[in-house]
Amino acid sequence: MISDITFGQYYPSKSVLHKADPRMKLLLTFVTIIFLFVCKNFLSLAVMAFITVLAVAVSGVPLKTILKSIRPVLIILVFTAALNIFYTKGGEVYYEIWKIQITEKGVNTAIFTIIRIVILVVLSSLLTYTTTPTDLTTGLERLLSPLNVLHIKVHTLAMMMTLALRFIPTLVEEIERIMNAQKARGADLETGSLVQRAKALIPIFVPLMVSSFRRAYELAFAMTCRCYTGGEGRTRMKQMKLSVRDFVLLFICLTACAGVIVLNIFFEAVI
Amino acid sequence: MQEKIIELKNVTFVYDADEEGKTNKPAVNDVSLDIYKGEFVAVLGHNGCGKSTLAKLCNAIYEPTEGAVTVKGIPSEGEENGDKIRRIVGMVFQNPDNQIVATIVEDDVAFGPENLGVEPKEIRRRVDEALKSVNMYDMREREPHKLSGGQKQRVAIAGVIAMQTESIIFDEPTAMLDPSGRKEVMAAIQRLNKEMGITIVLITHFMDEAVKADRVVVMDKGSIIEQGTPREVFSKIDLLREHGLDVPQSAELCHSLGLGDGVIGMDECVDKVCAMLGGAV
Repeated sequence: MISDITFGQYYPSKSVLHKADPRMKLLLTFVTIIFLFVCKNFLSLAVMAFITVLAVAVSGVPLKTILKSIRPVLIILVFTAALNIFYTKGGEVYYEIWKIQITEKGVNTAIFTIIRIVILVVLSSLLTYTTTPTDLTTGLERLLSPLNVLHIKVHTLAMMMTLALRFIPTLVEEIERIMNAQKARGADLETGSLVQRAKALIPIFVPLMVSSFRRAYELAFAMTCRCYTGGEGRTRMKQMKLSVRDFVLLFICLTACAGVIVLNIFFEAVI
Repeated sequence: MQEKIIELKNVTFVYDADEEGKTNKPAVNDVSLDIYKGEFVAVLGHNGCGKSTLAKLCNAIYEPTEGAVTVKGIPSEGEENGDKIRRIVGMVFQNPDNQIVATIVEDDVAFGPENLGVEPKEIRRRVDEALKSVNMYDMREREPHKLSGGQKQRVAIAGVIAMQTESIIFDEPTAMLDPSGRKEVMAAIQRLNKEMGITIVLITHFMDEAVKADRVVVMDKGSIIEQGTPREVFSKIDLLREHGLDVPQSAELCHSLGLGDGVIGMDECVDKVCAMLGGAV
């Protein structure tokens, strides 16, 4: 079950999106997500959906992998849909039982929110599917570098992110190993009440914490040995350069955003 | 005399010495050792004999409690000197997982030179060269966690090679590897020494690895108890046993058959045994 986590995993391919500059991808994802919340009717949302479908099609990432990234938020989807259906009131009443009313506005809001969340998740996981974590953090570091003026250590934050991403698979492996070791000693992780099962996790998390700290110390030694002294005086092997490709992507994205604004103005708002 | 790279003079190191004076037992006790340019030195000893501490003293991760460590004339004192020393003496650790920083092999190899502020084009060249020298060039775009232990360790070695340090300290680089991974890593280490002239200090508790060195230093309880060529050291079987250490199998076999001491190679051992059997091969 643990090894199922695909979020934040790079899917190697040679598509246009993979080759695009990470800074541009980050920026465009950010802008599209903002415009996702600017959408006020189904038509403008359709523009965003179209952009998303287009991006997925171009990315070369299989649909199955994309759908996998939606699975973790399924519960949230069901929950928000239910809340919206039952608590948003207005418009034509479709169904009524005791105090519960299902109205036109409720249904619309529910559908709208679901589509919005799905697009949100697909776009952001597409970013991580098409960009290596290293590129992603480097891109973020470059984009946020103006913050250095405010004495925020952007490089340190980016380094922390890279290391966290680097150690996710290692720690997942470690958890599996510890779980197996504890099971071999007769630990029961699957049965019992919720409290009992939560308690059964303690013998897994204690060794995990201890070993993580040991790893952290060793990593710090190893980084010192490789002359890491922080961001100053560092160079980069991979230089980032904007190409025509990036501006084409920017153009498509901006057109879509303009479309959203126009459709918002000319058509009635649903939400 | 050859040029000295690392020089340890009466070095003592006590963990947490500042806190309670000298209540802790010293991990390294009055050790003097010179490492010369181009040498391949193996430091041998069982667990807790202070050999890893010795390694960390050599590249200024730890500063000696007493005595002095100098690397090419730079004393290992203070942050700034430490940084200079680590540009001369690189280090590879036991656990490959805990020394790989990046999520792509080539990015990890580039980490060291990037820290040194090398030009991007030059980094690219060094990274390719380093990966080729450990036979990992074809895997440059892979993710480290999908590699085998031996491959990961070779990536870690490439990461140090790319920094172009004159000397590399290996702190039990094969302890967590399976036999085939161990072979790969040892082959890479020997190539570095023979072909690229990098000074190697190999900390190990495998006798068969120590045999391949030019000089073997044996440690126990924080002190050096014996040093010399592998042949000299491994002929002192009783001394090694006394300190809880094994001897290479070939040396042990020839010793117990009374065929003389200090036999360290398999071929040599075969020859001796055949000769004893009257050349009946």
